[in-house]
Amino acid sequence: MSESMPQGPIQPAPISAAPAVSRTGAPDAVKKSGSLPPGFTLRDVRPDGSHEYFLNMGPQHPSTHGVLKLVVRLDGETVLETVPHLGFIHRAIEKMGENETFIQYMHLTDRMDYLSSHINNLCVCLAIEKAMNIGVPERGEYIRVIVCELQRIQSHLLWWGAFGMDMGAVSAFLYGFIEREKITQLFEELCGARLTMNYFRPGGSNADLPEGFIGKVKTLCEEMKFSLDEFDVLVSQNPIIRERTVGVGLLSKERAISNGCTGPVARASGVNYDVRRNDGYSIYDRFQFDVPLGANGDSFDRYRVRMDEMRQSVRILEQAAAGIPEGQYRSKEKPNYKVPAGSYFAAVETARGLYGTYLVSDNSFKPYRVKSRSPGFSNLSAIDEITRGGKIADLVTVLSTLDLIIPDIDR
Amino acid sequence: MIAYSANHPVGDFIRANLPAPLAALANGALSVVVLMVLVVVVAILLVWLERKVCARFQARLGPTRVGPFGLLQPIADSLKLLLKENIKPRAVDTLAYFLAPLLPITGSFLVLAVMPFDHNLQVADPQAGMVYIAAVSGMGILGILIGGWGSNNKYSLLGSMRAGAQLFSYELSMVLCMLLVVMASGTGSLREIVLSQQGTVRDWWIFKLPGAGALAFVLYLISSTAELNRGPLDLSEAESELAGGFHTEYSGMGFSMFFLAEFVNMFASAGLGATFFLGGFLAPQFGIGPLDHILAFIPGFIWFFAKTGALIFMYMWFRWTFPRLRIDHLLSLEWKFLLPVSMANLLLAATLVTLGWILP
Repeated sequence: MSESMPQGPIQPAPISAAPAVSRTGAPDAVKKSGSLPPGFTLRDVRPDGSHEYFLNMGPQHPSTHGVLKLVVRLDGETVLETVPHLGFIHRAIEKMGENETFIQYMHLTDRMDYLSSHINNLCVCLAIEKAMNIGVPERGEYIRVIVCELQRIQSHLLWWGAFGMDMGAVSAFLYGFIEREKITQLFEELCGARLTMNYFRPGGSNADLPEGFIGKVKTLCEEMKFSLDEFDVLVSQNPIIRERTVGVGLLSKERAISNGCTGPVARASGVNYDVRRNDGYSIYDRFQFDVPLGANGDSFDRYRVRMDEMRQSVRILEQAAAGIPEGQYRSKEKPNYKVPAGSYFAAVETARGLYGTYLVSDNSFKPYRVKSRSPGFSNLSAIDEITRGGKIADLVTVLSTLDLIIPDIDR
Repeated sequence: MIAYSANHPVGDFIRANLPAPLAALANGALSVVVLMVLVVVVAILLVWLERKVCARFQARLGPTRVGPFGLLQPIADSLKLLLKENIKPRAVDTLAYFLAPLLPITGSFLVLAVMPFDHNLQVADPQAGMVYIAAVSGMGILGILIGGWGSNNKYSLLGSMRAGAQLFSYELSMVLCMLLVVMASGTGSLREIVLSQQGTVRDWWIFKLPGAGALAFVLYLISSTAELNRGPLDLSEAESELAGGFHTEYSGMGFSMFFLAEFVNMFASAGLGATFFLGGFLAPQFGIGPLDHILAFIPGFIWFFAKTGALIFMYMWFRWTFPRLRIDHLLSLEWKFLLPVSMANLLLAATLVTLGWILP
C-alpha cells in the first residue's frame, strides 16, 4: 500500500516503471503492459510460467455500488492487493459550502451520504445550534429522533437488499426495497422528497409532522419486526451466506481503531462506540437501546450488527412514537443564520458511522470553511488489509459489508 | 406390458412412399426442422416463464404489456437482440470469439436428438444413448471456455476458467447418477430406460431403488444446476463479481446465442431428469382403475412436458432463492461431498440390484 497512494482521475501520478516481465502463455490482454496503473508493479513470472495480473474493478462495476474504482492485484482468483481510486464523483461540496449560506450548505450535505440525508442535515443543524445557542423544543427533538431512526432503518434496508444482490440472491434486493419503500413514502409525506431529503433546520425542523404520521410509524414498527424475522430466515440463516461471510474480511479491533473505522464496521470488530450513546446528541439519552457488538470482526459480524441495529432502531422508534409531546416543533424561525466567529464541531451517528461537521465562521452568513468527516472514507481505508489473501468473491462480500456510499467518500 | 411402436406414423408414411435413400433424407430433414422449431418455442416459453417466475418470487408482476400475460415479451426481446450491433472488440481472437456462441446451443440441440418425447417421438435412439449425452453435453463447456478465452477480457477469462473447473467436475457426479439408472435398467437407450419404468409411480427409478434412486435424483438436480451454469451455481457468469463473466464482451446475437443455449440446456437437463428418474413420457399410474385410465388417456408427450416443466420450475426456484457459492466452496462441495456420495450411492444401487432388493 505504501508505494501506491490512491489516485483520483484528475491528477494522475507519474507511472512508475514496471519491471520487465515476460508473459509467456498469457492471453493478449495481460501482455499489453502499458496500461499498468500508477504505482503498480507485478512480481516476476514463476518457474511454471504463471504470473500475477491486475484487474480494474470499476468505476463501472455492478458491485462497487457507484463510481468506486478498485485496482486489484490478483494471483489467479486470490486477491493480493486492493487499491481504491477515488475522485470520480468529487463535487467539491466543502469548497462550494464557502459560497453558500449555512442553510444552503445544509442542502449540500444530503447529497453526500444520500442514504443518511436527514442525519447529515442534523449534524449541520447541531453545529449551528451549538454556535448560536439555539434550543430545540421538546417536540422538535422527538421529531428528530424519529426521523433519524427511520432513516437508519431505511439505509440498512437498502444495504441489506444490495448485500443480498452482491451475494447472488437477487430476490433479497426486491424484498429490501419493498420494506424501504414504506419509509420512503413516509419521508415523501414529511418533506416532499424521496432521496435527497431536507427537513431539519437549526432549532427544529421546517414543518410539523404531517397528520397521522405517528400512527403510520407505529404500524411500520410492527411490520418491520415481522419482516426482519423474515429476512433472517431468508438470508441470515442461509448456510451459503454463512459460508461466504463467516471468517471473511477479518478486521481486528486494533486495526479498526487505527483505520478510524466507525459505525457498524467498527462495532462488528468489537469497538464499543456509538455516538448516540457515548457522545449523546439530541435526546438519545432518554431512550432504551442496546449497541450491538460483534466478536470477530468478520463480514458476518458486520451483517449481524446491522440487522440488530435495525431492531434497536425499531425499539427507539416505538418509545419515541409513544412519548412524543404536543407543542412547538421549532424554536424560532429565521431565514438566515449569522454564526459568530469561531469554529464549531458536531458529530452524529449516521447509518455508516461517525459523521462530523466542522464549521469555521468569520461572523457572516456564510461559513468561512467547512469540513466533513465522512464515515465511508475511513471505513474504505481498511479494505486493502482485510481483502488480502481472499478470493474475488470475498472482495465483493467485504465491499458490500463495509456499506460504502461513494458520494460520501468523494464529497 | 403393452408393446408400443417406436416409429412415428409420419415417418412410416414417408418410408412407404419414397425410395429408401430419399426417405432417410426426408425423415432426417423433417426431424431437424421439428427440433429447431421446438428449440425456438421452448426457449421463448422458458424466457417468459423465467421472467414470470422470477417476478412472482420477487413480489412483482413481470411482463404484462406485450401480448396476453406478456407472452409476446420474449419475441420483442429477441427482435431487439437481433437488431443490436454485434460488437467485436479490437483485441479478440476472431475465430474463437465468433465460434464460441454456437457451441453450447449445438450441444443442447444434439442432446434433444435422443430425447424420447413420446413412444414414437424421438429422432434417434442409440443403444449407448447415455454415453452419447455425456459426450455431446461437453460442447457447452467448450463454448464457454473458448468464448471466455477468445474475448480477451480478464473478467471473461476468470469466468471461463471458473466454468472449466466447475463444469468438468460436476459432469462426473451427474454422469454417475445417470449411470446408476443405466445399471438398474440394464440399457443405455433412453427409450428403453423409460420403458423400464412402466407400471405404477412406484416403478419410476426415483422410487424403485429404495433410497438410492431418490438420492441419485437429488444429486442429479444439484449437479445439473451446476452444469447449467444457473444460480446458485452460476459462478462463470457471476454478474456481481465478474460483471457477466464469459459473456461480458458479447452483444447482440452472440449474447443471445449463449442466452438461448442456457434455456434450451435447462429444458434438456430437466427432460433427462424426467426420463431417467420420473418415467419420461409414461403417464403416472397409481393403481386406482378409473383414475389410471384417465391419466393414461393423456398423450405421452404432454406428460413428458409436464414433468420437464416441473423440474424446470425447480431450477428456477433454486436460482431465485439461493445466494451464489464461492468457487472454492463449490469445488469442495463436488469433490469432497457430491462425488464420494454419488459413488457410494452407485455401489449401494449395485448391491440392491444384485440382491434383487428392488421394489416390486
